[in-house]
Amino acid sequence: MSSSKNSAPRHYLFSTDHRVIGVQYLVLALVSVTIGTLLSLLMRIHLVWPDRIVPFHGPILPEDYLALVTIHGTIMLFFVLTTAPQSGFGNLILPSQIGARRMAFPVANAVSFWLTAAALVILLSSTFVPGGSAISGWTAYPPFSAIASAGPGQGAGMDLWLASIAVFAVAGTISAINTLVTIIKLRCEGMTWDRIPLTVWGWFTAALLSIIAFSVLLAALLLLFCDRHAGTSFFVPTGDLINGVIHAASHPGNGSPLLWLHLFWFFGHPEVYIAILPGLGLTSMLLANFSRRRVFAYRMMIVTTLLIGFLGILLWGHHMFVAGLNPYAASAFAVSTMAIAIPASAKVLSWLVTVWRSRPHYTTAMLFSLGFVSLFITGGLTGPVLAQPILDEYLHNTFFVVAHFHLIMAMAGIFGLFAATYYWFPLMTGRLMSESLGRLHFWTTILGAYATFLPMHLTGLMGEPRHYAQLIGVPNAAGHLLAGTLPLNRFITWSAIFLATAQLLFFANLIHSLRYGKPAPPNPWQATTLEWHPALHPNAPAEASEERIVVYRQPCEYLATAGEELILPQWSTEAIPNIKPE
Amino acid sequence: MIPFCIQPGSFALSLATWGLPFDASAHGPAVDHHLLLNLWIILGLAALAHLILLVGLVARRRAEATSWRVEYLPLAALTILFAFLTIRAERLWAATRYTGADPAALQVQVVGEQFAWYFRYPGTDYTFGITRPQLVDAGAGNPLGIDPADGHGADDIVTSELVLPTNRQVDLRINSLDVIHGFSVPEMRLKQNAVPGMTIHVHFTPKVPGTYAILCTQVCGMGHYRMNANLRVLPPEEFAAWLAAKQKSVQP
Ligand SMILES: [Cu+2]
Ligand SMILES: [Cu+2]
Repeated sequence: MSSSKNSAPRHYLFSTDHRVIGVQYLVLALVSVTIGTLLSLLMRIHLVWPDRIVPFHGPILPEDYLALVTIHGTIMLFFVLTTAPQSGFGNLILPSQIGARRMAFPVANAVSFWLTAAALVILLSSTFVPGGSAISGWTAYPPFSAIASAGPGQGAGMDLWLASIAVFAVAGTISAINTLVTIIKLRCEGMTWDRIPLTVWGWFTAALLSIIAFSVLLAALLLLFCDRHAGTSFFVPTGDLINGVIHAASHPGNGSPLLWLHLFWFFGHPEVYIAILPGLGLTSMLLANFSRRRVFAYRMMIVTTLLIGFLGILLWGHHMFVAGLNPYAASAFAVSTMAIAIPASAKVLSWLVTVWRSRPHYTTAMLFSLGFVSLFITGGLTGPVLAQPILDEYLHNTFFVVAHFHLIMAMAGIFGLFAATYYWFPLMTGRLMSESLGRLHFWTTILGAYATFLPMHLTGLMGEPRHYAQLIGVPNAAGHLLAGTLPLNRFITWSAIFLATAQLLFFANLIHSLRYGKPAPPNPWQATTLEWHPALHPNAPAEASEERIVVYRQPCEYLATAGEELILPQWSTEAIPNIKPE
Repeated sequence: MIPFCIQPGSFALSLATWGLPFDASAHGPAVDHHLLLNLWIILGLAALAHLILLVGLVARRRAEATSWRVEYLPLAALTILFAFLTIRAERLWAATRYTGADPAALQVQVVGEQFAWYFRYPGTDYTFGITRPQLVDAGAGNPLGIDPADGHGADDIVTSELVLPTNRQVDLRINSLDVIHGFSVPEMRLKQNAVPGMTIHVHFTPKVPGTYAILCTQVCGMGHYRMNANLRVLPPEEFAAWLAAKQKSVQP
């Protein structure tokens, strides 16, 4: 990128160029995902071999395990699944996809990246304070999170966690405003709302959700911070007795922990869609592009994207079926949660029809998109099961839930990111990634993903709860119940090690292709969207920046004539008499 | 243990219990049945979707001309299917949670505390005595802080295992002294968070004598994984004898 101008480190570090910021976000996400994965391996290994000693650390104590859980969840959710698709690829690709040459607010963009980086540093620094990192999981339920003496890590570690997420929420809001304004104001001529690529619709809806959800999260964090340090009791009830101390003096009021659950999950559930929506859009575009087909029911796909976003903010209560929620309210949330299965099913149907008997081009990006479809189906189908309160009563906080959200959010989310990387790498670097290494990466990763997360459904059905530091050495009848899951858990741990190891193929491919990859043609995938427009290409000649960009059609239009494929990019002026607009 | 009484007509479903623990409650078999029905349906849908995907990928290429029916008919079918599951689930949910316990149900209080479960029976006066957090002192034998000035508390029985008779409804009043805990009895298909500042009622009927696990399923601190207790379900006569012995020990 930025072939012109100076190349001093200052330029790259404090750049307001959206492409540089996009790469910065992606590097941050790559660092985060590496840390998060290593932490999850430590957890898996500890779970089945609790006596192993960690080099330079010693045995993993129960509080260490909970700190691992907390940091793993926080880092993966915020700094990988929110940051990479939305801010990373959003910055890199979004402006060109709508025919803009920049984001609406370049300085705010840079500020939001540096705030995100600061949030990550604050989060990681909590490892080094007395008591270590917070141990209450990424959901930080009070009063556990409200009172410092409730456990190790709940003092300074918890304060740093709150600070980190608050800074992240501010950064996410700024970034979302930037995205929305860019999409609304900077579209080029002819880029009407029904011609916007579905990827952009994904970013748009995710940005809307970010603004709504992060503001509520920020408010909740401030209230919790006040409970911890300002003598309020939003979340702490009267007479709460922790560690032999009644916290009546520090929390004189009568608060409710359930208030936190409402505020937190009002943010927490949309957050899941913020992570997956860009991937949904990208998958639609890639499946169509490599099948040389139009996206089936394009307008319907726009509607379902918005519907998923809208319903996404109405169903937070399904996280609270057994939390002390009114059973009638649980029924209402069950219905709104079941409802989201309908637009989600519509998306799957559209994908199936789009690729049906199309003989697609099996590039690595296409394989990862197909993998996304597969994981979205398998992970998504357990959603309606968990949406039924009577079933959630048994499955809540078991590994069945862990399996559900790891398949649909973590794995499908990551597959979307891989598809994006293989697909846009030529655009960013001018080189192609190795396809043979890429295919090997895809097959090992999907095998590892299923081998790791499918068996978790079974250990969940067997009753294995989340957040258990160990399954061996638990007293009473519970010990017997948990010991039954050990053989499966050993298998899961080996699968997780395999899955993580397979990612070395990705790193090898990335590093190798950066230097030695085949030089890419200007539009290697025969894509139709504007980021491949000669004048918007990152290494377009300087005079191209003056060229007027006009869009004439929806993306993914092809004319399949006998023997030859005619690609009609959005900027193509060619007339097509026999394709009527939808 | 081997499940021996599954709802009639669900034989095919009972062939595979998918590792579900033994079911010892009255409402459990219906829940299991609905859960397994759900699991078979989603397994079928997942297989079908993957089959369509694979066939579509390998089948001969065809010019596109796809009717809107391809989208809307399956979508309508799925909507009906999900509606059917929702209604079935709601009927079960309403049966267990919409109304309170039978007035004749056995009253037991469940209290979570980092990292133990305590159970309190109201004693011969059928009334729970007042508790005060200031009086909590596990070392002195008063882990729940029962106020000695309140006469109702004198005969209350506090235990660290939950003992219940078979075939009698139990009304649990669940709360917590400190942080949120998760009261969970997998073999009774029962789960309810224990929330400080709230008393939450759930009711169920144990059917099969035996010893079952009570877990904590809401992360509550470093001892979370070992915060558990036993539920011992006894035939009614043995339960009466156990209760009488306990009563004697609190009221000499
Ligand atoms: Cu607990
Ligand atoms: Cu716990």
